[in-house]
Amino acid sequence: MVFKRYVEVGRVVLVNYGPDAGKLATIIDIVDQNKCLIDGPSTGVARQVIPYGRIALTDLTVKISRNARQKSLTAAWTEADVLAKWESSSWAKKLAAKKKRASLNDFDRFKVMVARKQKSSIIAKKMKEIAA
Amino acid sequence: MTKLIKLAKTPVAATSGGKYYPADDVKNPKPNRKSNRNAPKVRGSVTPGTVLILLAGRFRGKRVICLKVLASGLLLVSGPYKVNGVPLRRVSATYVIATSTKVDVSAVDVSSYDDTYFARTEESVKGDIFEGDEPKPAVVSETRKVDQKKVDAALLKVVEGTPMLKAYLNAKFTLTKNDRPHKMIF
Repeated sequence: MVFKRYVEVGRVVLVNYGPDAGKLATIIDIVDQNKCLIDGPSTGVARQVIPYGRIALTDLTVKISRNARQKSLTAAWTEADVLAKWESSSWAKKLAAKKKRASLNDFDRFKVMVARKQKSSIIAKKMKEIAA
Repeated sequence: MTKLIKLAKTPVAATSGGKYYPADDVKNPKPNRKSNRNAPKVRGSVTPGTVLILLAGRFRGKRVICLKVLASGLLLVSGPYKVNGVPLRRVSATYVIATSTKVDVSAVDVSSYDDTYFARTEESVKGDIFEGDEPKPAVVSETRKVDQKKVDAALLKVVEGTPMLKAYLNAKFTLTKNDRPHKMIF
């Protein structure tokens, strides 16, 4: 199995677990086989050592040198336009949809149910047309 | 020191003069010192105008609008009647889910309705338990019908102001297969 996303300095990661869960950060330095140093000044993640089990590698990377300062990190992020690229990825969109679905209230759920029924009736009508 | 013996209080005599007292002891009821004058305490999520889901009783599953918190702590609620068949009714707040959907009911006048309005009257209580085989159909008094129309006229205007709210109130609440009520936001 060929690996496509590598743990490297500059790899943008999504924190999965802990108080910063759901936020993006970058790998600044690698400590050992199990943990690395991450930092995310643009997303509010403090510079910290974190085990790999708590992060997920994304497709994005930024050009920084090892142990880059927060200032140069922020500059590299804006240059690579990481946040915009992330938001347009289907991964980020799926996460946002999940969050929205969990935050719906009873009235919203009713409206979603009605919208789904309308959508399926439009599709069914069209299918009938095509089948005929 | 002389010992003082308390004289037993003689029961209140039916005859004045006090020569005779009744053969059986007459109990003097002690004065009731209870005074519950505090406003009823009800969950913060239940306010006038909140859409509630009734969980128990004849109208379980129905979504209704809370109009007022009565002095007894019960909630005054209305369907509106035309929308889902729930009349002006009292409902316990413990058997209700308060949703976060709220409407503005300041234009609806419910000041004249309180617990005495809903108290059982002589006519409704009359009748032996063993009388007759079929349960007699509930008779709704004319005053109730008139009051219902009055309240609902103002309430329906508010309901129709919000899109899809009327259909929402008409629909019943149920739990289906993948629903997790502890995770659902109401």
